[in-house]
Amino acid sequence: MHEMSLTEGILQLIEDAAREQAFSKVSAVWLEIGQLAGVEVEALRFCFDAVTRGSMAEGARLEIISVSGIGWCMDCSESVHLKEVYGECPRCGHHRVQVTGGNEMRVKELEVT
Amino acid sequence: MCTTCGCGSGEVKIEGDDLHEHEHVHADGTRHAHSHDHSHEHGHAHSHDHTHSHDHDHGHGMRYAPAHSHSPGVSPRRMVQIEQDILAKNNAYAAQNRAFFTGRRVLALNLLSSPGSGKTTLLCKTIEQLQARRPVTVIEGDQQTSHDADRIRATGAKAIQINTGKGCHLDAHMVGHALETLDPPERSILMIENVGNLVCPAAFDLGEAHKVVVLSVTEGEDKPLKYPDMFRAASLMLLNKCDLLPHLDFDVALAIEHARRVNPAIEVLQVSAKSGSGLDAWLAWLDARVKG
Repeated sequence: MHEMSLTEGILQLIEDAAREQAFSKVSAVWLEIGQLAGVEVEALRFCFDAVTRGSMAEGARLEIISVSGIGWCMDCSESVHLKEVYGECPRCGHHRVQVTGGNEMRVKELEVT
Repeated sequence: MCTTCGCGSGEVKIEGDDLHEHEHVHADGTRHAHSHDHSHEHGHAHSHDHTHSHDHDHGHGMRYAPAHSHSPGVSPRRMVQIEQDILAKNNAYAAQNRAFFTGRRVLALNLLSSPGSGKTTLLCKTIEQLQARRPVTVIEGDQQTSHDADRIRATGAKAIQINTGKGCHLDAHMVGHALETLDPPERSILMIENVGNLVCPAAFDLGEAHKVVVLSVTEGEDKPLKYPDMFRAASLMLLNKCDLLPHLDFDVALAIEHARRVNPAIEVLQVSAKSGSGLDAWLAWLDARVKG
């Protein structure tokens, strides 16, 4: 969803960091994307190439660290792995699971020159 | 782009004006006007800064450019830790909006649905009944036209139209600008009717107290499963057009089960904007959430 807006957000974070930390070119970007964040990684890569064209991040390598989905099962009172936002608890099979992790979208670090 | 306020030069328009022509009101109440001239000055100053910092870097050998390298053997590449949410900018604007709402004790709701769920009609009916008790203001988000804001204004409520152009959702920055003009009164209710879209608006916090998702019974019972992010983000689901239930095969219990599968905590109210059924419960839900 909305990968273009997300990519513009990434570029803004990069440009802010460039002003604060005095670098002028980015050669690689590490993102942490949760499996439950609703981000289509291939669409994100496509948008990243388009949005960064002509910027300090043009041609930068995009490394995506996938973070597994975690939920709290209200029936088992336990943290469980989740494959989908509305996924079932792998222990009890019920759907009363609240997402507690794996919905992040973060810029983790940059390789700069 | 204006780097001072983050205004994009895109196609977003508030009441037909470009975003960056509006004055800014900060959370502390200070205002400064942003004319076209101003934003040009911003752009200019920004590019000068850049040139300066380049010179600076060269002079002190801070950049590891080969010709200027003062530290042989040090890799020209370095790592910079960022550790920031991609939506950090939007979330910062949302926090400003939220502080503004708290200061004025405004109950702000973000209304979401597919196009055609009857959101605007429901909103008009709600305003008609609510207005006698407390003021209501509205921010309307659509890609194009001011038709919806015109419909809201016909009820007597103050409404601002944001046209997102190519954008598929409202963001907190657009809403912040709309608030400057809308100026919602103390202890009022602000309804933000988002762009009809069950996907993208889920991720963008506008500073609202609650997201309210409207699902009409002419849609499928499985919408919550198809668009889980939206139903997960919402506090309340309004099941609209319930007057049509006798003519449809729509399974209300199944739709609610699907919504709770995605979001066990979601509240559900069955309403009909047309017949007025269920509106009392919806108005009571609102009343219970206005502070003071």
